[in-house]
Amino acid sequence: MIDHLIPILAGTLAAATPLVFAGLGELVAEKSGVINLGVEGMILIGAIAGFAFATQTGGGAGAGLIAGAVAGTLAATLFAILSLSLGANQAAAGLALTIFGIGLSAFIGQSFVSYSLPGLKPWDIPLLSDIPVIGRILFHQDWVVYLSWVVALAVAWVLAKTRLGLLLKAVGESPESAHAIGYPVIAIRYGAVLFGGAMAGIAGAYLSTVYTPLWVQNMSAGRGWIAVALVVFATWKPGRLMLGAYLFGGMTILQLHAQGLGIRVPSQLMSAIPYAATVLVLVLISRDRKLLQLNLPASLGKSFMPGG
Amino acid sequence: MHLLEPRANPSVIMRWASPALAVLLTLFVGSLLFIALKKDPLEAFRVFFIDPLNSAYGWSELLLKASPLILIAQGLAIGFKARIYNIGAEGQLIMGAIFGGGVALLFEGTGSSFALPAMVLAGALGGALWGALPALLKTRFNAEETLTTLMLAYVASFLLSWLVSGPWKDPGGMNFPQTVMFAATSQFSMLADGLRLNTSVFITAAAVAAFYLFTKKSLLAYAITVGGEAPAAARYAGFSSKRTVWFALTISGLTAGLAGIAEVAGPIGQLNLNISPGYGYAAIIVAWIGRLHPVGIVGAGLLMALLYLGGEQAQLALQLPAAITGLFQGMLLFFLLGCDAFIDYRLRRRKRRTVAATKPAVPVQEAA
Repeated sequence: MIDHLIPILAGTLAAATPLVFAGLGELVAEKSGVINLGVEGMILIGAIAGFAFATQTGGGAGAGLIAGAVAGTLAATLFAILSLSLGANQAAAGLALTIFGIGLSAFIGQSFVSYSLPGLKPWDIPLLSDIPVIGRILFHQDWVVYLSWVVALAVAWVLAKTRLGLLLKAVGESPESAHAIGYPVIAIRYGAVLFGGAMAGIAGAYLSTVYTPLWVQNMSAGRGWIAVALVVFATWKPGRLMLGAYLFGGMTILQLHAQGLGIRVPSQLMSAIPYAATVLVLVLISRDRKLLQLNLPASLGKSFMPGG
Repeated sequence: MHLLEPRANPSVIMRWASPALAVLLTLFVGSLLFIALKKDPLEAFRVFFIDPLNSAYGWSELLLKASPLILIAQGLAIGFKARIYNIGAEGQLIMGAIFGGGVALLFEGTGSSFALPAMVLAGALGGALWGALPALLKTRFNAEETLTTLMLAYVASFLLSWLVSGPWKDPGGMNFPQTVMFAATSQFSMLADGLRLNTSVFITAAAVAAFYLFTKKSLLAYAITVGGEAPAAARYAGFSSKRTVWFALTISGLTAGLAGIAEVAGPIGQLNLNISPGYGYAAIIVAWIGRLHPVGIVGAGLLMALLYLGGEQAQLALQLPAAITGLFQGMLLFFLLGCDAFIDYRLRRRKRRTVAATKPAVPVQEAA
């Protein structure tokens, strides 16, 4: 059993890594009061940009991730201009970004379908990787997985301990008050949204240059939406977001190992599980209105335009 | 960064000029794209927008593609007015196809003339149920309908994939994931020889009329609009937001389900994995371009159908990826939302008026 479990749990970490990046990015954006439903589109744009850059330059996954982050940031800029500068409905603008991202990535991706990349070899962390079982699961991963932990720690630290985090939350709670005190609400929201874009772009580039590593049309397969749902599940807390991401990573990995584990459910129905589980998880969290009210950034989803 | 200032009153002209502007901007950026791809833009536009319509067959295809888009968008518009975002119409379309297609398989070999009416009812029911489920989750458990409708769309597509590659697979179908072809009695009849346009287009026509009357005459439609624009006022007037959620999601599921059965009992004639080229998602754009207005949606649906046809033509004649349709759809929605800003705002004038300068910051309700 343990022989089965180690690859499953190790694989879970890799499968969850795109969700960790994209979820953390969305969490930061939502903390500032902006809900960006364009995560799926930004992931796809990041995926094709990273893949195209890595194959064209031969720069490997590292170059791909940087290109993905840049592309994700640019995509988020489109959303930010619409929803922050022009006051468009955030839900509509995010949806537009997702539809645009699906189209753009498919359009560019058509020329890249026959390419493949070598992916990344795992890095063994000295000493830690020698710990029985746990070492093979946690510390025998590619470096991007470790990077995701660093980002998660950084986001948690900034939100909890720094002035920047305080400012972000103040803008998310009451943009009117923050504006009245003299804080640049729109600039702070731009920053949060662009950070979200960079993270989603990295998530996409990880999928296409490390995890798969191929370009497949619509390869994000709803991960962007699951990331948005995870932020609700996490009640806007980075630690819980990681937990949720690994839970969902586990579900996607499980279908690959289902046969080995003797689970006799048709593969199509196994594939539906993460999506059905997302619905279930949303229901379980959202039914506790008080819990949501306590944690929800009060201005989430509402446009704010400094008047006059 | 603060380029805009609020208008005293929303601009009625901009409200209807905005979609036209968005189309022009999309065409402009589209020509830049064609130039970048070393295609003659005039030639490309001819292929995209003129060639598909230079035959009776072309017009029939246009209506065939516009029909599901218009039908779905009519239902979605009701919800969008109330700020209830059903973005999983694709899933409700698939469930309509599954329910209706299942009935077609039940009637297999009977030759009964009840087959088609039963399929249409089942399709409407399947879509409505798949729309009602998120309504239940929203009203009972407070779960966001944006996420649940979309997640359920994925579930529906996997369910379809399982059915056509498992229990409902055509045993004589060379192992392709598809059902048997439906009998003639289980399909809408063609309107003319050689054209694929079929009688299901009358369902769409009836729906347009019904939604037009509904939005003009019904108190419920008024309550929905008020509930979206001024939730507090709606509550004082005693309009229930729960009822709005149930109604909006069920009715949009129903129209999507009808579109689904119209596809599988129409041009497709069976259940398989390619029953929709994303009509459920494109219909979101159609609803917005059509200003959530039943007649506006007809125009927007025809435009979007032309984009689909143009994309197919461009693939054949210009060797451009068919995904260019999706790219244009996304651009169109972007530009529409950008232009829509000028309904409620105008460019800040260079000289600041003193009154304006002393105005405090105003929180702005979400612009539609």
